[in-house]
Amino acid sequence: MAETTHGNGARPHISVRDLTMAYGGFVVMRDLNFTIDRGDVFVIMGGSGSGKSTLLRHLIGLEEPAQGEIFYGEENFTRADNAGRQAILRRVGVLFQSGALWSSMTLAENIGLLLEDYTDLSAEEIREVASLKLALVGLKGFEDYYPSEISGGMQKRAALARAMALDPEVLFFDEPSAGLDPVTARMLDELILELRDSLGATVVVVTHEVASILTIGNNSIFLDGDTNAIIARGHPKELLAHSTEPKVRAFLTRGQEHRV
Amino acid sequence: MAKTSATRSATPPGALSLEQAADSTLNIRLSGSWSLKGGLPSTADVERQIDSAARLSFDTRELAAWDSSLLAFLTRVIELGGRRQIAIDRAGLPPGIRKLLALAEAVPERKGAPKEEIDRAVLERIGNTTIETADATVKALAFLGELTVAFGKFFTMRARYRAWDLFLFIQECGAQALPVVTLISFLSGVILAFVGAVQLKLYGGQIYIADLVAIGMVREMGAMMTAVIMAGRTGAAFAAQLGTMKVTQEIDAFTAMGFPPMEFLVLPRVIALTAMMPLLCLYSDIVGIIGGATIGVGTLDISWTSYYLETRRSIDLSYISVGVIKSVVYGVLIAFFGCLRGMQCGSSSSAVGDATTSAVVSSIVASIVANGILAVIFYVLWI
Repeated sequence: MAETTHGNGARPHISVRDLTMAYGGFVVMRDLNFTIDRGDVFVIMGGSGSGKSTLLRHLIGLEEPAQGEIFYGEENFTRADNAGRQAILRRVGVLFQSGALWSSMTLAENIGLLLEDYTDLSAEEIREVASLKLALVGLKGFEDYYPSEISGGMQKRAALARAMALDPEVLFFDEPSAGLDPVTARMLDELILELRDSLGATVVVVTHEVASILTIGNNSIFLDGDTNAIIARGHPKELLAHSTEPKVRAFLTRGQEHRV
Repeated sequence: MAKTSATRSATPPGALSLEQAADSTLNIRLSGSWSLKGGLPSTADVERQIDSAARLSFDTRELAAWDSSLLAFLTRVIELGGRRQIAIDRAGLPPGIRKLLALAEAVPERKGAPKEEIDRAVLERIGNTTIETADATVKALAFLGELTVAFGKFFTMRARYRAWDLFLFIQECGAQALPVVTLISFLSGVILAFVGAVQLKLYGGQIYIADLVAIGMVREMGAMMTAVIMAGRTGAAFAAQLGTMKVTQEIDAFTAMGFPPMEFLVLPRVIALTAMMPLLCLYSDIVGIIGGATIGVGTLDISWTSYYLETRRSIDLSYISVGVIKSVVYGVLIAFFGCLRGMQCGSSSSAVGDATTSAVVSSIVASIVANGILAVIFYVLWI
């Protein structure tokens, strides 16, 4: 694993400023401030129901912040108009928890749709690129399958291929290993690292899988649902070694220490 | 649970006896086989004697087997003791039970976690309903606005959707609806003819069956029957498709990848249905008139030629266009409510069912209301 330094602050890729998230009048998280540097594998961790997925939905514009702003580079994502947002989202890939492949389209069409819309490639070229992306995630030959015809793990990988279709600068993963066996989950972790290294993409992962947090993450924040705030931040391994926060210790040691 | 013995049927059923020991200890002796099948034992006896005790202890030497029934009983006893601040000695309990009790007590009840049934006053309910209705209206209007913008983009060739999708929806709303439209329209014509035949025969005016059927079909029934069919067939399908896509996060995926769902998903559906409705309506008119003619010719001794001529005489282009205009309005309404309910769908499987039901009901109600309004407008304009 490439132990890149983090927190150099030179080129924050995503900056979250004073973000307050609320659902129907009750606050999920208050005044979040953090930056994600270019090339980081940034882990958003926290217990179930602490608002990890909600934070991710805010980062990609599926929910509107109650307060605060999100910046991509220098661009204000929160205040951008529709066209501005779409321009930013074009450089972003998302892997949803359930995969969320478009069920009425084949795998090749799922990937091809983005290429069709954002590039001037011909139909054959699009198909070629789609096959290539599928091959990258180990699904060569599955171009004409519909999502319902393949297994859950394969759907997840196909969704990853779709997330990478436009060679995004930022890749978001919502619980990437949920519902996968340990071996497949591990392969996905390695794939994520390889992609980060080969595409030079920034990776943001929402997860509570300690094994993959420690394997892939080089920066992180820990959301706490009780105080509605970030209670720890930094390299996950350093947090494991040095954090004094009982909740973080209990989480990272899988409940071996400091039961809460 | 832990200790279900194979000899349960042979052992006596669960029983308890209480004895007051010297040092004001209440000893609860549990014996036999405790099973949920025998129901939860009463704690009434314990409650009666607990006040005179300072300590509670248990004797389980004669306990043969136990399951959750014992656990529930003990939880109640511990709660009783806890309320009276009586010390409870658990040493006499089997280790399995002790662990389970500890597990159940490990996490304290979260404040506000148990949902409370709130009995709301009538006025409060009326207020809430009003606010919700206003909120829903605003959301529907916002949806209409977005749809209008999408239409604007469509007519200026800037909308982003898949032409193939549009083609498939046109096929779904058009050609594939023909069999059921044929059947219903034909029968509508037949029914109109039968209803009229009985009355008109009294006056010897059988030939006017042709007028009745033609005007009835062309002005009202063609458009309305098609609308009812399409609401049940296509409007419901739209709501279910979009609702399911919402549940599986497919709509989120569109949004997150920069595809506006309004243009990608809603626009082709609305265009397809709106474009196909007038064609289906015209088709329905013709089939209905043929249905009426078979009754007229078959039972009333009218010749095909005179039926045809009477039909030609009774309707003109303005009548036909009234029906067609109505069908376009119905088409817009059905597609609008189908897509609106689908896009507003919650994220559970029952929400998809609700969305579908609501789409059909709203679109049929809206169509009939629109019919009333249009009837007034046409009355003012032409008669």
